[in-house]
Amino acid sequence: MNMMSLTELNQALQTKQISSVELTEFFLARIAQHDSQLNSFITVTAEQALDVAKAADARIARGDAPNLCGIPMAHKDIFCTDGVLTSCGSKMLVNFTAPYDAHIVSQFKALDMPMLGKTNMDEFAMGSSNESSYFGAVKNPWALDAVPGGSSGGSAAAVAAGLVPFATGSDTGGSIRQPASFCGISGLKPTYGLASRFGMVAYASSLDQAGPMAQSAEDLALTLDVMHSFDYRDSTSLDQPKPNYMAALSQPLAGLRIGVPASYFGDGLDAEVKQVIEAAVAEYEKMGAQCVAVELPNQAHAVAAYYILAPAEASSNLSRFDGVRYGHRCGDPKDLADLYERSRAEGFGIEVQKRIMLGTYALSAGYYDAYYLKAQKVRRLIQQDFLTAFEQCDVIMGPVAPTPAFKLGEKTDDPLSMYLADLYTIPVNLAGLPAMSIPAGLVQGLPVGLHLVGPYFSEAKLLNIAHQFQLHTDWHRQVSPLAQGAAL
Amino acid sequence: MISSMNWEVVIGLEIHAQLACESKIFSNAPTAYGAEPNTQANIVDLAMPGVLPVLNERAVELAVRFGLAVGAEIGQTSVFARKNYFYPDSPKAYQISQFELPIVGKGEITIEVDGQHKNIGITRAHLEEDAGKSLHEDFHGLTGIDLNRAGTPLLEIVSEPDMRSAAEAIAYAKAIHELVQFLEIGDGNMQEGSFRVDVNVSLRKPGALFGTRTELKNINSFKFIEKALAYEIDRHIEILESGGEIVQETRLYDPDRDETRSMRSKEEANDYRYFPDPDLLPVVVSDEQLAAIKASLPELPGQMRVRFEQDYGLSAYDAQLLTAAAVNARYFEALVAELGAQQAKLAANWMNGELAKALNKAELTLEQSPISGDALAGLLVRIVDNTVSGKLAKQVFEAMWAGEGSADQIIEAKGLKQITDTGAIEKIVDEVLAANAKQVEAYKAGQEKLFGFFVGQVMKLSKGQANPAQVNDLLQQKLKN
Amino acid sequence: MALSEQEVLKIAKLAALDVSSQDLTQLSAKLSNVLDLFAQLQQVNTDHVLPMAHPLDKVQRLRVDQTVADIPRDKYQAIAPACEQGLYLVPKVID
Repeated sequence: MNMMSLTELNQALQTKQISSVELTEFFLARIAQHDSQLNSFITVTAEQALDVAKAADARIARGDAPNLCGIPMAHKDIFCTDGVLTSCGSKMLVNFTAPYDAHIVSQFKALDMPMLGKTNMDEFAMGSSNESSYFGAVKNPWALDAVPGGSSGGSAAAVAAGLVPFATGSDTGGSIRQPASFCGISGLKPTYGLASRFGMVAYASSLDQAGPMAQSAEDLALTLDVMHSFDYRDSTSLDQPKPNYMAALSQPLAGLRIGVPASYFGDGLDAEVKQVIEAAVAEYEKMGAQCVAVELPNQAHAVAAYYILAPAEASSNLSRFDGVRYGHRCGDPKDLADLYERSRAEGFGIEVQKRIMLGTYALSAGYYDAYYLKAQKVRRLIQQDFLTAFEQCDVIMGPVAPTPAFKLGEKTDDPLSMYLADLYTIPVNLAGLPAMSIPAGLVQGLPVGLHLVGPYFSEAKLLNIAHQFQLHTDWHRQVSPLAQGAAL
Repeated sequence: MISSMNWEVVIGLEIHAQLACESKIFSNAPTAYGAEPNTQANIVDLAMPGVLPVLNERAVELAVRFGLAVGAEIGQTSVFARKNYFYPDSPKAYQISQFELPIVGKGEITIEVDGQHKNIGITRAHLEEDAGKSLHEDFHGLTGIDLNRAGTPLLEIVSEPDMRSAAEAIAYAKAIHELVQFLEIGDGNMQEGSFRVDVNVSLRKPGALFGTRTELKNINSFKFIEKALAYEIDRHIEILESGGEIVQETRLYDPDRDETRSMRSKEEANDYRYFPDPDLLPVVVSDEQLAAIKASLPELPGQMRVRFEQDYGLSAYDAQLLTAAAVNARYFEALVAELGAQQAKLAANWMNGELAKALNKAELTLEQSPISGDALAGLLVRIVDNTVSGKLAKQVFEAMWAGEGSADQIIEAKGLKQITDTGAIEKIVDEVLAANAKQVEAYKAGQEKLFGFFVGQVMKLSKGQANPAQVNDLLQQKLKN
Repeated sequence: MALSEQEVLKIAKLAALDVSSQDLTQLSAKLSNVLDLFAQLQQVNTDHVLPMAHPLDKVQRLRVDQTVADIPRDKYQAIAPACEQGLYLVPKVID
C-alpha cells in the first residue's frame, strides 16, 4: 500500500475520514519511531503541531478550510520560525529562537498546516551530503550507510521515510534537487524570485531559492501554489502572475521538445545512472516528445564560477554572526577582535569557515576583478547558453547527479570531488532557472533522479512534464524500506 | 618657526546629511531622534538572520532633489554596494552604501568669501545607511550598543579638493547646510548629528602634486571646522618643515582639548571588499520621475535673494541675511504675508535690526526666539497703522521679549498708544510754546535750530506718544505766526 | 595557486575568524585546492561580456516612506548573549 498523496490526504480530511489531530499524531509517532535512525529532524514541535491540528480540525468542521489545511508538514531549519529554534544546522545558532516568521512560514501557517518540526541540513546550506550539520549527519532512508544528499537532506530523508508528507527546502547549487534525487522523491527549485527569501537565512543571496519537496509532481504543484507568493519585504521577490499549477498538470506532452546536452552524458557520469536517464528520456519519446541535441558549452565552468560567487556573497552574509545580538558568543572575550574571532571560529564548522575565507579572498583588494567580476561574466555566458538552448527546446533533461547517493564519510576528505559532483545542478542556479528532480529509477537499490530544467517561469510546464511521467511510471511510488510502514 | 606662506592648503569635505524620512532607508522602523535605546531598531536594523532590505522611495527622491539643485548628473541607474567591516555599531558587519555608481554625479555650488565668488566642485553624492552608536558609559568595563540610528538614511556629499583655506571650507559647509535646509531634504541639526562634516586636508607647495592627506572626523559645528583645521594645518607644517612625512590616517577632533588625534581603531589596514549588494537591484530613476522631482524643487537661496531684492526692494545685504538659513527666509516671508509687500523693508529692518540684536545678545537662534513671527507681525502692524511710533515700538518689543504679552496688550497696558488727535496735540504744543517764550523769540529771530528743542519738549510732555509728523506740522504752523 | 600561511592569516583576520587552533599548512592547502579550480576561469574569453549580478533583469522596487512601530525590544533581546538597560554589551570599544 502506498503513502497517500497530498490530494488524497486533503480529501480524507475534508470528508472527515481522518482528523488533522490523528494525522499529526500518526506522523509524530513515525518520527518518534524512526528518526533516531535517520536524524532528519533537528527540532520536533509536537505540541505546537497538535495545537494547529486542532485549529485545523475546527476550521474543517466549520467548512471554511482551504486546500492543504490540516496536513502536517516540516520546514528546513533555514527558515525562521517565530518562537522555535532556527539553527541552520550550525552551532552558531544553536540557541537562536527566531523572533519572527519567514514569509514562506507565514504562508503555510495561514493554512493551518501543522508544522511537525525543523529538518536537518548542511550547516548554513553549505554542503551536498548533510554531513556538515552541527547536529550530525542525516542517513538515507534507502540505505542507512549512505548520505541523503544536501543541503536539504533532512527534508528529503523525512519525506522519503514517510515521516512527513511534505517539507520545504532551499536550493543554492542543487540543495533541493540533489537530495531529492538521492532519496527518491520529487523536488522543485522555482525561478529565482518566485518564492520570497524573507526569513530564509541567507547563504548566497543571488542564488538562494526556496522550493517544495514531496512524493510527486502533483504534491509539488499543490504546495508551489502556496510558496509562489509576492513579498514586498524581499526586493528580489517577483510580482509574477500565478498560473493554475494543478490544472496545468494534465496537458498532453505530444510535440514536447526535449533538449539533451551531450556534455551531460560524458565521462564523469556513472554508467548505470546514465542508463536510467536514457530510459527516462526514451519513456518521454514514447509519450510523443522528441529529442533535440543542445549545447551548453560554458557549463564546464559553472562549478568554478559558483565557488567564487557563492562564497563571496556568503562571506558577507555570514558576517552578521558576531556574537553580539544573538547566536553563539565565546566565553570571556578579552577584547572586541577576540569576541568576533573566537565566537565565529567556535560557532562555524570547518566547511563554513573555509567558504567564508574563500569568499573573503575573492572579494579582497587586488583579486576582485580576476575572481568575482570574472565569475559574474562567466555567469552571464552560462545564462546565455541556456537561453540559446531554449530557442530549440522546451525542457532540458539529464542527470541530477553523476552517481546515486554515496556512502557516509566517503567524500569528507575530498570536498573538491563533492563540489564537482554538483556540475549538473549549479548552472541552473547561476542562471536562476526553474528545475526539478523526479525519481526515474534505481541503481543498486538506490534512487536516481531525472533533472528537468525549463525556461524562466516555466514551473507549470515542468510540473506538467513531471506529472505525465509519473502517470506513466511508478518510480515515484517506490518507497524506501523505512517508509514501508507509512501507509495509513 | 612656522612659515605658512610657503604652503598651499588643499581641503575637501565629506558631508553626511541625514535625510528627512519618517522611516529608515531599508526598513520601516522610525527614525526619530532620542528614543529609548534599541526601541527603533527592528529585525532588519538588528540584522536578524534572514532579513532583507527594501529601499525607501523618499530617500531616493530627496537625493535626486539635492542633485538637481547642484546641477549634477543624476545617475539614472545607480547601484548599492556592501562595504564590509566588523564593528559593533554595524550590525550586519557591512554598510549598504553606493560605490561605483552613485545616485548623484558631478555638480557644483558657489560660495562667497570676502566678496569673492568661487565654484566648488561636488564629486558625487550617494545614499547610504547610518551606523548605530556605541555608548561608553561604564557597563562593568563593557560598551553598550544602541542601534536606533542604524539604517537612518544619509546622503554623503563628497566635494572636490577645491578649497584653499578654512574660510572657504566653512563657506562651503555652510552653503551645503543652507541648501539641505532650503530643499527640506534634512533638518541640518549638527548637535543631533544629522549634519556631520569630515574634513580632508593636505598641504603642498603651490603648483606641486597633492600632498598626503589626513581626514578629520567628529566635527559638529562650523566653529570646530575652523579650529580643527587650524590645528591640523599647523601640525602638517611642523612635520613637513622638519623634514617629516604626513601619515595618511583618520584623526578625531577633540573640542575639549582643541586638538586632533589619531583614531587607532580605524588604522588597521582596511580592505572593505565592496561588491554590489545582491539583496538589492539597480535603482533606476526614470525621466518622468526626474521631471516630477524637478517640478517640485523649492526656491533655492540664490533665487530667493534675487527675488527679495527685485520684488521687495531690499538691499543685497538685507537679502543675504534673510536667506542665510531657511528658517530666516520662512520667518521673513511670514511677516511679509501678514504686512503686505510694501512693508517688506520694515520687516527686514526689524528682523535684521532689533530681533537680530536681541537674539545675538541672548545667544539664541531664530527657532528659539521668544517672539514668534506672528507676534512680531502684530507689532509691525501697529507701526504701520500709526498706533505706535517707531521709537515706542522698540519699548513694546522689549516688553514682548520679556514675555509681557502681545504687542496690543502691552500698548494698552502701558498706555503707549500714539496721540493722533490734532486738538490734543495742539494743546500740548500751545503749552510748550507758552512755557518757553524766550526760545520762541530766539527762534523767530532766526535760531531755527531750536525747532528740534520744541519737538523734544512736546514729545516729552506727551510721554513720547504724540504723532511726530503731526507735532512737526503744528509747530511749524504756530511758529510761523 | 598556493596561498601562503601569511595570506591565510590575513584573510582570516579580514573574515574575523580565529584560526590559531587550526593547522595552517592544512588550511592553506585546502583553500589553495579550490583556488586551483578558480584558475580555470581565466581561460574563458569574457571580452565584452557584462557581469551578471542577478538572474533577472529587474530594477529595484521602492518602499513608501511609512513606519511600522512594532518593535518588541524585550523579545529581540531575550536571545542576545549580553544586554543591559536595553543596550547590547560588547568588550570596550576604543575610538
